[in-house]
Amino acid sequence: MYALVDCNNFYASCERAFNPNLRHKPVAILSNNDGCVISRSDEAKALGLPMGAPIFKWDGFCKLNGIKVLSSNYPLYGDMSHRVMTILEQYTPDVEVYSIDEAFLEFKGFKNHDFEDYGNQMRQRILKWTGIPTSVGIAPTKALSKVANKVARKFPEATRGVYVIDSEEKRIKALKWIKVEDVWGIGRGLQKRLKAKGCKKAYDFTQLPDHWVRKNFTITGWKLKKDLEGISKIKLDEVEAKRAIATTRSFEYTYSDIDNIKERISTFATSCAEKLRKQGSSCHMIYVTLQSDRHKKDLEQHRASRVVSLPYPTDSNLIISQQAVNAVKSIFKAGIKYKRAGVIVMGLVPTNNHQLQMFDTENPKHKPLMHAIDGLNSKYANNKVKLASQDLKRTWKMRQERLSPRYTTNINDIIVVK
Amino acid sequence: MILHKSNNLTFFTPNQINGLGAPFFDTGISAGFPSPAEDFKEQRLSLDKELIKNKEATFFARVSGQSMIGAGLDDKDLLVIDRSLEPSHNKIAVCFLDGEFTVKRLKVNKEGVWLQPENPHYPIIKITDDNDFVIWGIVTNVIKKV
Repeated sequence: MYALVDCNNFYASCERAFNPNLRHKPVAILSNNDGCVISRSDEAKALGLPMGAPIFKWDGFCKLNGIKVLSSNYPLYGDMSHRVMTILEQYTPDVEVYSIDEAFLEFKGFKNHDFEDYGNQMRQRILKWTGIPTSVGIAPTKALSKVANKVARKFPEATRGVYVIDSEEKRIKALKWIKVEDVWGIGRGLQKRLKAKGCKKAYDFTQLPDHWVRKNFTITGWKLKKDLEGISKIKLDEVEAKRAIATTRSFEYTYSDIDNIKERISTFATSCAEKLRKQGSSCHMIYVTLQSDRHKKDLEQHRASRVVSLPYPTDSNLIISQQAVNAVKSIFKAGIKYKRAGVIVMGLVPTNNHQLQMFDTENPKHKPLMHAIDGLNSKYANNKVKLASQDLKRTWKMRQERLSPRYTTNINDIIVVK
Repeated sequence: MILHKSNNLTFFTPNQINGLGAPFFDTGISAGFPSPAEDFKEQRLSLDKELIKNKEATFFARVSGQSMIGAGLDDKDLLVIDRSLEPSHNKIAVCFLDGEFTVKRLKVNKEGVWLQPENPHYPIIKITDDNDFVIWGIVTNVIKKV
């Protein structure tokens, strides 16, 4: 079985955890430099504040409707995300962090388990320990766990935040409910062609002939169809998130020295940075994981992760690699044989944001340099050009007029109690 | 392990980090008599380890005011809060009450819940349905500058 655990309105929920006055009130979080709305509470959505709304145009609307508008506080979100993910690891060793606020869990060998109860336990623990509400979808495949999650999120009263698809009847009911465009992994292009074929709901998609899907939507579309039919074809780590980019791999050998691990992490980080630049995104957070060989039960086991929040978004190899290496150094434990590591970049924003350029948040020297590195790497064998050192001394300034305190990462910002 | 207990102070030796292995001695093994100092060689004390039992659920807060002075919580003291602990009678809790955070001793009985200050100049607060009230976390330690 698989589970998808998704934090509800994650950024707004983080703010509410430390400022309970914001509970039940409309809250909106702004992008870097206070540009546009990137996260909304349910109440703000209901009032009609659109995603991506430029705040200079919508400020009056927010004031009029009592929407509390905040700058994004990535150090807080990164720390809270890390707490949630670490709690999830208490429920299964197979956790795939999928983005800052969602993770896939795989339950291997959980025979005759009461998954609804298990999901409730997870949800309750996360809520109590961190104050973050989540929705949990559990199903025999990854794609169906995404669907189950949407059911749980959409019907919180009926499901109490947890929905399990564990019968043919429930599977068909859920697929007849969910629109085809809301199915995980069905992009815009695919949507159009499915609509043209008369597919409105996910169920209609599963009724198409296998060979037709395979011919028109490649192997990925076919795997998705099988997954929706309840036959697991998509494994953990297989489909890349839209809101995060991950490079997670097992090493060829086990490493117990920091130098080899630093080299791997640097390579993974560089690969993430390249993917970021390819899709025109920058990241706000870098998530680094390191784990020993789980199958060697006789050896000491260690599994650790760390989130680094950056003061400005970046797509620079230099910064991402250096920060990832620093993070892995801080979680590395001598004497452990490590087998697997990962770098995930999260909190993605478009790089071609005019405000970014206007306020010069990124060291401008990096941009032409990255361009040159990408050019050389595509011309010659990949990764011919590597990093040696970098300059991080420059100070960056960013507009954050509505920033909440860094409750969990700065001792001067912790909550005050009377 | 408690090493020594006097009237005012208790001295501790650190706990073993975990049960997965023996303590690490980096002097190598030589034939002959071992150094007597090795018997005392252990990991350094970690305040994190001592004060934080559940790091995913632990948060810090700063005390403002003297409503809990009788419990040793003074203005500007640092509180260690564990949200995973269950609230119960007589525990000191950080609560959210009608728009602000407060730290008080919980008094719970059949008739209801009270927030008990530890300072005669402050009134006890009875929690009613009209209050906006949340128990945010349980205070486990207080750290003060001297």
